[in-house]
Amino acid sequence: MAHTVKRHRGIMDWLTTVDHKKIGILYLLAGALFFGIGGIEAILIRIQLIKPMNDFVDAQTFNELITMHGTTMIFLGAMPIILALMNVIVPLQIGARDVAFPFLNALGFWTFFFGGILLNLSWLIGSVPDAGWTSYLPLASVDYSNSHGVDFYTIGLQISGLGTLIGGINFLATIINMRAPGMSFMRMPMFTWASFITSALILFAFPAVTVGLILLMFDRLFGGNFFYVPNGGNVVLWQHIFWIFGHPEVYILILPAFGIISDVVSTFSRKRLFGYSSMVFATVLIGFLGFMVWAHHMFAVGLGPVANALFSIATMLIAVPTGIKIFNWLFTMWGGSIQFTAANMYAISFIPTFVMGGVTGVMLASAPADFQFHDTYFVVAHFHYTIVGGLVLGLFAGLHYWWPKMFGRMLNEPLGKVTFWLFWIGFQLTFFIQHFLGLLGMQRRVFTYLPNQGFDKMNLVSTIGAIMMGVGVILFLVNVVITSTKPKNLGNDPWGDGRTLEWTIPSPVPEYNFKQTPLVRGYDAWWKEKMEGNTEMPAAEPVGSIHMPSPSILPFMMSVGLFVAGFGFMFAKDDFGNTALNFLFGNHLIAAFGLLITFGCMFLRSVKDDHGYHIEPEELEQKGVKA
Amino acid sequence: MSAPAHHVDDQWPHEPEKATLEGRNKVIGFWLFLGGEAVLFGTLFATFLALRNQIGDGPSAAELFKLPMIATVTAILLVSSLTSVFAIQAMHRKEVKAMLNWLIVTVILGFCFLGMEIYEFVEYVHEGHTFTTSAFSSSFYTLVGFHGAHVAFGVAWISILIAQVRKKGLNLVTAPKVYVSAIYWHFIDVVWVFIFTVVYLMGKVG
Repeated sequence: MAHTVKRHRGIMDWLTTVDHKKIGILYLLAGALFFGIGGIEAILIRIQLIKPMNDFVDAQTFNELITMHGTTMIFLGAMPIILALMNVIVPLQIGARDVAFPFLNALGFWTFFFGGILLNLSWLIGSVPDAGWTSYLPLASVDYSNSHGVDFYTIGLQISGLGTLIGGINFLATIINMRAPGMSFMRMPMFTWASFITSALILFAFPAVTVGLILLMFDRLFGGNFFYVPNGGNVVLWQHIFWIFGHPEVYILILPAFGIISDVVSTFSRKRLFGYSSMVFATVLIGFLGFMVWAHHMFAVGLGPVANALFSIATMLIAVPTGIKIFNWLFTMWGGSIQFTAANMYAISFIPTFVMGGVTGVMLASAPADFQFHDTYFVVAHFHYTIVGGLVLGLFAGLHYWWPKMFGRMLNEPLGKVTFWLFWIGFQLTFFIQHFLGLLGMQRRVFTYLPNQGFDKMNLVSTIGAIMMGVGVILFLVNVVITSTKPKNLGNDPWGDGRTLEWTIPSPVPEYNFKQTPLVRGYDAWWKEKMEGNTEMPAAEPVGSIHMPSPSILPFMMSVGLFVAGFGFMFAKDDFGNTALNFLFGNHLIAAFGLLITFGCMFLRSVKDDHGYHIEPEELEQKGVKA
Repeated sequence: MSAPAHHVDDQWPHEPEKATLEGRNKVIGFWLFLGGEAVLFGTLFATFLALRNQIGDGPSAAELFKLPMIATVTAILLVSSLTSVFAIQAMHRKEVKAMLNWLIVTVILGFCFLGMEIYEFVEYVHEGHTFTTSAFSSSFYTLVGFHGAHVAFGVAWISILIAQVRKKGLNLVTAPKVYVSAIYWHFIDVVWVFIFTVVYLMGKVG
């Protein structure tokens, strides 16, 4: 049976891979690409606002920039980098050889990727989404946005959301079914727990926004009346559907960061995480409450005092489990022998920054006060403190921490620290002052402002900070390039203080992960063995032949099909001035062709059995496990 | 009664769908997927409930719906769920022929349902109830149409599985596939029970 399946090389290897570590790297690359695009949009926004009555970009372009900045950063920048770390690390932390559905894992990545590409092609085609990342109606209706901009938004996000949903299901099944012997739920590392809860949130939140996007698409392309008031539609319905997804989404973003911080702080304090069970409980509770608070985004809509009061209280409740986490991190560091590595500097700085974001969150949760804060820069400052000061710092901590495991090379530490200070000071300069801009009354989403309202200097400071953050990100990329030229010579546990299973196997990780499935004997499995004087994990099985799934091009092709179908539907009513093109698009032939590719590939997948291939013990010996 | 299962084949496990890790992954993954599907239909139901009285110039639910017809399609779909249960019971006993026959009956009932639903939609269009008529009509066609699309997908899926089992036989690879398709079919059935209640019965009385 061994090697009956052809193993691909070069670009085909990456297009067909079903290896969770390679898919993780693909997510990281795609996330970096979209993060870069979103970052450039952010810098352009800040340049426009650097002085009053600036004419660097016009109002229309500014609307496009803010819409695409928000959408890209949330759906296409932050999500994939989270999924990158989840892909590489979660199976390793639970002692699994692979995820539950390697094929679906690849499909999830490619649909996400093509959805993101479709959305961003709007810049090249010249009709860009411009109704804000929330795409409120009636602004996003055909009456007020009659270019294809919002169509790119609805179709691009549907396709990429499908990929995220597939990823979520895959991680839930993986964590439920694929844990190594002895790895009970209450022994799982915090990052795995956070990934588990995040995946559950993805599963229950993303279908809601998919429906919302479908309804908006039906309204725009097929004359539906969901949000068209003259025929009985309801524009507030969109806000409900969007935020029933949208609020869990912000917890989908932040929970993995909580998990990363827990692992990093514990490792570099050389101490067991303080209050592990309360951390787990707090994570579950935050995930649960995340679904109960969506209407706090709609206080100013006029839902009435009872609804506003209930959602106000529910929102404030979330501060309790979050506070538990903050104190647990502080107590973990208390008395620990703390190492200030670049990863840990990001992690420790996360704590006060996120507390500030949380405090402004509680301020916003108070409905009467929110009537003052609503749609001002105070809100912008708040959510950037939680997303940049929370998630992005967490992601940088995680990338520095797990980089050696992913690539077998350590990122340059001194350069990492310089990057940290540039990024962190830049971040505070950009967003701290925006609280006061908001309190002074500067509205968000306005493309310019009049001079002498007290806004001028603060906006200048904010823009300088944004440029510093940009330089910080460029330095990080320089660090990556420098690191990639260094030799791969790291051992299993390059930090020396690893606590969890990923530090028991070579860096970078071989395709089969664990030569022998480890036997887990407690929380912080690897640390426990080290403390008992063992140099490796006890094995739960003898060395034997390892079954691997075959690579496949089908996930890529299925996603291409959806991509083609998306364009087909979007341009069905356009006049291209070309009879052949008009015929193909007008009769939905292009759309049908795309769907045919996708469903055809699904059919092939169903009828063609994947026997996979085996890696035999002799081959494991040849490759040699590093001494 | 034929001989009990363990006499037929000692190798055939009690729950063949969960006998392998792949099978267990497939079953748990599919239940999770149905959790997401429940949210999808939940959102569509919420949309329908919010918009169902916004009929504009179009006909109302009470004028449109004809309960005898709807009751018939409901009965057809409920029976098809029962036949898929028989198919799974046959699968557990490794009675391949019986399993395939029950699956074929399920598919035929699914086709009957689809045919009657298409007929129903065509009738409504003739009565001036099109997708673009009103918010009620848009949300009606989207909710019921989404369900119909799920039935169509299920019919195609189970048909492919019938062909596969014919070709490759019933084994630990094909058994989980048949099993999850049956869970899917029950899910569609449950959604229809809600559609029958929320869309049709409530449309008639309220």
